[in-house]
Amino acid sequence: MTRTRALPHVDRVGVEERVARLAKRSIKTDAKRQGIRMAISMLDLTTLEGNDTPGKVRQLAAKAVCPSPEYPEVPSCAAVCVYPAMVGVAAEAVAGTGVKVASVTSGFPAGQTPLEAKLEETRRAVADGADEIDMVISREAFLAGDDARVVDEIEQIKDACGDAHLKVIVETAELGSYDHIRHASMLAMTAGADFIKTSTGKARQGATPGVILVMLEAIRDYVDRTGRVVGMKPAGGVSTSKAALNVLVLVKETLGDEWLTPDRLRIGASSVLNDLLLQYAKTATGRYGRSEDFSKE
Amino acid sequence: MSATASPDERQEQRSPLRWDYAPAPESADHVRLRDSYGLFIGGEFVEPADGTYAPTINPATEEPLAEVAQAGPVDVERAVAAARAAQPRWAALPPLERGKYVFRIARLIQERARELAVVETMDGGKPIKESRDVDIPLAAAHFFYYAGWADKLRYGVPDGPVEPMGVVGQIVPWNFPLLMAAWKLAPALACGNTAVLKPAETTPLTALLLAEILQEAELPEGVVSILPGDGATGAALVRADVDKVAFTGSTAVGREIQAALAGTDTGLTLELGGKSANIVFEDAALDQAVEGIVQGIFFNQGHVCCAGSRLLVQESVHDEVVSRLWRRMQSLRVGDPLDKNTDVGAINSAAQLARITELVDAGTEEGAEIRRLACDLPDRGYWFAPTVFTEVAPAHRIAVEEIFGPVLSVMTFRTQAEAIEKANNSRYGLAAGIWTDKGSKAFEVASALQAGVVWQNTYNHFDPTAAFGGFKESGFGREGGPSGLRPYLRQA
Repeated sequence: MTRTRALPHVDRVGVEERVARLAKRSIKTDAKRQGIRMAISMLDLTTLEGNDTPGKVRQLAAKAVCPSPEYPEVPSCAAVCVYPAMVGVAAEAVAGTGVKVASVTSGFPAGQTPLEAKLEETRRAVADGADEIDMVISREAFLAGDDARVVDEIEQIKDACGDAHLKVIVETAELGSYDHIRHASMLAMTAGADFIKTSTGKARQGATPGVILVMLEAIRDYVDRTGRVVGMKPAGGVSTSKAALNVLVLVKETLGDEWLTPDRLRIGASSVLNDLLLQYAKTATGRYGRSEDFSKE
Repeated sequence: MSATASPDERQEQRSPLRWDYAPAPESADHVRLRDSYGLFIGGEFVEPADGTYAPTINPATEEPLAEVAQAGPVDVERAVAAARAAQPRWAALPPLERGKYVFRIARLIQERARELAVVETMDGGKPIKESRDVDIPLAAAHFFYYAGWADKLRYGVPDGPVEPMGVVGQIVPWNFPLLMAAWKLAPALACGNTAVLKPAETTPLTALLLAEILQEAELPEGVVSILPGDGATGAALVRADVDKVAFTGSTAVGREIQAALAGTDTGLTLELGGKSANIVFEDAALDQAVEGIVQGIFFNQGHVCCAGSRLLVQESVHDEVVSRLWRRMQSLRVGDPLDKNTDVGAINSAAQLARITELVDAGTEEGAEIRRLACDLPDRGYWFAPTVFTEVAPAHRIAVEEIFGPVLSVMTFRTQAEAIEKANNSRYGLAAGIWTDKGSKAFEVASALQAGVVWQNTYNHFDPTAAFGGFKESGFGREGGPSGLRPYLRQA
């Protein structure tokens, strides 16, 4: 039996005005260099395609470990994020570097598989060496109003994770309103999520600034209430340096400087890394580089 | 470090670090201010009759920016005579042609937007992001909007044939110098009036740049004169041979103007002070309400006649709203107005700082609980840290008097009826804000409020198509929208 859902109030116009103002923060000189290095250190460098191969994953892992030999002060990415079948390859490729392996499970991206399959997929990924699991909530249950099942699934997958960290994707583009995004974020945190994450990258829209702000405000209120720290991961749509720096601005001005660490903030992306490196090189050399200045992976 | 950094070294680099925005000053290099500015009369800059000049300073640094002529009674007469002489021909222009001049002014403001924004910030102390994103674009928008009305006046005032008032005297305040000049001049010109405008004593510069723009637009000489000066200049303008006076400023001065015009047929509109209520109900989207509270009271350092300076919060969410507000305030960046990341700039003048300080002291003495944002304020210039008073009683001075600074007074209410009663319990009636997720409640409360502007789930939003003006001691007459045409027209 599901309980009547009490939705929180989030005002769309107010959210969008706030993020429009924050998008005007001017990030220059040292702040830009430092911000770019910080954003790189928070990247979950991701490849989630049907045509991923061991070779492709190994190359991506090498890039995550050392994004740019030319600028050794640029840190490693936080993690590589791959499908469960590639976890073993990725784990071997990053062994001993400090870069983590993240894997998507639970019938990613749709989540329309039986719970048993989701649990088994999660256990296997962890056994193969995943340090972090990125699961999707069951939108089918959420949109039907069955909050209890959404929570129960997350709790069971959290159990299946063992020591691995759990990131819970709410897939904001499919939830319909900021009220629902906030509500889903709260459910995920209540059920034990270590991170909440916006998107799979497979829906029509990824992490917009408005979505990020609403989820950050949910984290702030949850942490206030419970004292348990939860991290944030915008994913999908953060494809330029400007967008990545804007994520840092949103986090800094909503949750504070304590959240500006890879332990509490990740950015799920792939192509953004090269734009960050190009912008970083520009701050060093004063001129814009070309995309072929840095390897694709 | 070498390219072959060890894993440990790479890990090291990932340790958390404090990340702050580097200074991002808007360049003022492109601004070419003259050392001194004369009066703008009859289409040219002229010396004041008695030779008086006064410096205008940057309130953020106390450095002088330029010497500015101060108009005396002789200059006022001269400007009004020039306006009188120019008026018949201006009114006789085909309305479409008159509209084209007004359009041209709008476009030239856009062309010089960056320079106008920087000068507005230097002369007045407001953050560059506000002059850049609000003041200057809105000033241009007002000219664009009223330019379109010039040849459609009979649709704007449908109840009969109309004609321009004639010569209008306009006195504007220091909080939105160019924007207020635009609010006044755009409808006056579109309707066929000629105007004499007096900018505020502390912020004359953008009006003088506007005079340059009027020259560039080849506005016929005498159609607009601009006379910097102090209160005495304004008083002389009110008593001069004008057909209408439009004033934005304090209620005390508004009262003097109305007294001076009593028994005459001179038209008058007054846009005066306010102590506007921002009402937060328990079913509001609280994070966005907090944002609206911040915009309502800290926008332009609270130097806003419609500032949401009385926060009425439903008692059930008072503590939560105050704690969220206080947390939100911690990220306000107070300081150099020219820095693009500054949220709260300098207080406009020493006199205004003294007025704010006096009222804040009164608030503390009367027993309200004060919280002042801890922030580093520059040594020079006029500054006041954003401040919130809780435990405020409706009888306290800080709940009654207009502070016109970054100071919020928080009070509580229990029911919708009490919220309405408290909001209306003011001698002012300029604006109000309502925060609720329930549409029916918003409409009910809005229609019960005695306020010229009511914002729902937002605050301090301005648009040339919307009428703005007050109830009660906040003045009368409307500016903006079609109703903004009416004060500049009479029945033919």
